[in-house]
Amino acid sequence: MLEIKNLHVSVNGREILRGVDLSVKAGEVHAIMGPNGSGKSTLAHVIAGRPGYEVTAGSVRYEGRDLLAMPPEERAREGVFLAFQYPVEIPGVSNVYFLKAALNAIRKHRGQSELDAMDFLALVKEKAKLVDIDEALVRRPVNEGFSGGEKKRNEIFQMAILDPRLAVLDETDSGLDIDALKVVAGGVNQLRSPQRAMVLVTHYQRLLDYIVPDFVHVLLDGRIVKSGDKELARELESRGYEWLEAPAAADRR
Amino acid sequence: MSSQSLTAQEIAEREYRAGFVTDIEAETIPAGLSEDIVRLISQKKGEPEWLLEWRLKSYRHWLTMKEPTWANIHHPPIDYQSIVYYSAPKQGKNAPKSLDEVDPKLLETYEKLGIPLREREKLAGVAVDAVFDSVSVATTFKEKLEEVGVIFCSFSEAVKSHPELVRKWLGSVVPYTDNFYATLNSAVFSDGSFCYVPKGVRCPMELSTYFRINAANTGQFERTLIIAEEGAYVSYLEGCTAPIRDENQLHAAVVELIALDNAQIKYSTVQNWYPGDKDGKGGIYNFVTKRGKCLGHASKISWTQVETGSAITWKYPSCILQGDDSVGEFYSVAVTNNRQQADTGTKMIHIGKNTRSTIVSKGISAGHGQNTYRGLVRIGKAAESARNYSQCDSLLLGDLCGAHTFPYIEVLNSSAQMEHEASTSKIGEDQLFYFQQRGISAEDAVSMIVNGFCKEVFKELPMEFAVEAQKLLGVSLEGSVG
Repeated sequence: MLEIKNLHVSVNGREILRGVDLSVKAGEVHAIMGPNGSGKSTLAHVIAGRPGYEVTAGSVRYEGRDLLAMPPEERAREGVFLAFQYPVEIPGVSNVYFLKAALNAIRKHRGQSELDAMDFLALVKEKAKLVDIDEALVRRPVNEGFSGGEKKRNEIFQMAILDPRLAVLDETDSGLDIDALKVVAGGVNQLRSPQRAMVLVTHYQRLLDYIVPDFVHVLLDGRIVKSGDKELARELESRGYEWLEAPAAADRR
Repeated sequence: MSSQSLTAQEIAEREYRAGFVTDIEAETIPAGLSEDIVRLISQKKGEPEWLLEWRLKSYRHWLTMKEPTWANIHHPPIDYQSIVYYSAPKQGKNAPKSLDEVDPKLLETYEKLGIPLREREKLAGVAVDAVFDSVSVATTFKEKLEEVGVIFCSFSEAVKSHPELVRKWLGSVVPYTDNFYATLNSAVFSDGSFCYVPKGVRCPMELSTYFRINAANTGQFERTLIIAEEGAYVSYLEGCTAPIRDENQLHAAVVELIALDNAQIKYSTVQNWYPGDKDGKGGIYNFVTKRGKCLGHASKISWTQVETGSAITWKYPSCILQGDDSVGEFYSVAVTNNRQQADTGTKMIHIGKNTRSTIVSKGISAGHGQNTYRGLVRIGKAAESARNYSQCDSLLLGDLCGAHTFPYIEVLNSSAQMEHEASTSKIGEDQLFYFQQRGISAEDAVSMIVNGFCKEVFKELPMEFAVEAQKLLGVSLEGSVG
């Protein structure tokens, strides 16, 4: 589904990703781990098409197509979803109105008819349960005045409504207490399906206790230095990143 | 962004939709302004002597005045001698008695603008007075309104059929000496709408005037006078468009509202005059004086305006709160894109006791647009326990536009309560990306954010107008993000 080859990305002339290779198939859950500044969020944003990132080499293919050639809204309509680490507030635009516009833009792209208000509200009710989101929150302006936990929940709620094929979750666990983490993880687990792939970007192993990945990759200094299964995450938890750091750092010099 | 070129192309293809010209034979007087021209206009309209005298007084006074320079707007000097002050579509000797006699080309023009005047297609629940260049061409639902005693007709007709009312109230809110443009209007005004709602009557439908400038080099100087007697209620809508022309055209109107005891007037405007092209060529100079007087006890006047058009907008719909317990409201959305300039706001003059006023102003600037809110709240000495709430919000799209706020507050009575809130925000890249990441294009994102920003004002508009206003805003801001 997602094929990243030798991806090099610079921000303001500084190289952040220095040759990333990653292959993700439908139904798989991949975790990208790494310390601060290793390029995890950059990778997530480049997949979603955020402006300001310059791809200097390499390719990203999604469902066989050149993902980098598509504008961000087209990627979204094709099924790429990014759960933001810091979701922005949109004053004056209600969450439901926003989501209805988003869902209908995606449905239109797929050649489906637009959902009417009744059907849409039924869908909202159903998915709100999934992440235990308060329906009052759904009617408020997007993320405005939401707590950190509410914002993260809202991201997963949006993901449930928009039903993406490839979901990239950027530090979804950050800022969540353990109870909120369980709820969010529960929601994500229910969204796992053989048709859907997920990429979890995370700093801590904690999230992976609740969302068990099929593959774990360690991103260090803009490169994937080690890949494995969920056991790798546990190893990182006990040993830290230092034991992997040495060769990468040496390589740089 | 790769979508940029597509967006630019879309804008190029989507022009100002009301920009067509109606090919109709017109009776136009020579350009220029003099006492003879003023007399000629008055004569063409068959006016009584007192009105001609009033015009001449205004004209002589105007000669002593200078254009105001305090507004935050810039334009080359206007040559008042090159403007045509009267242009009317040619019709038979007598004015058309019914719509069947109105030139079909005129009816077509209004139909194209979405304002059907023909009997069977009339807008349900809205009576329309259609003003084309200098004259009113048709008024719908007149008879139905007469049944309840509401007079709704063109200004010229009112001068003939209800001279006592016109004479009593004309200039009572905006005196002929008021300001440069209002004085000019008093000298040369050609037509407009007149509305009188008798005591205790709630006008059964929305009244509306649709202004259309068609002829080239012509100014439009219309005058609207609305009187709501004791306990009366009326909701009035105004819409305006003009063809695309390379030169600037002047529109200097005067609107006077009078509300007596417990009367209520709601005045809504959706202004969509031609704004000029993206380099600022052409467009209407909209220099308008609008003022309402809450003369009676517990009377209320509300202004709601959505200003999307004009090259330059200079207008301050105001309320004089003379009656005790009277209420004034001003809700405004002003959009400036490309090279448009707007200096707009309101004046709330509190004279009576317990008078209240509310001001909600939303300014949106895009492109090189310059948007200024200018407002005055004055609490007079005798205005015990007066209250004002003002809120001025600005939204910026891009780095080349500007928003300016000049709130003036004069309080002469210490029992007054004043509240003022102001905010400036900018649509951020990260907000737009959030929308795009959810499948919504940047253009749609802007329109959703802007509509959210304007919600408080739109909810004051009658339903049909609110929908229209939203659409207009979308068109006005098209291409403001790349």
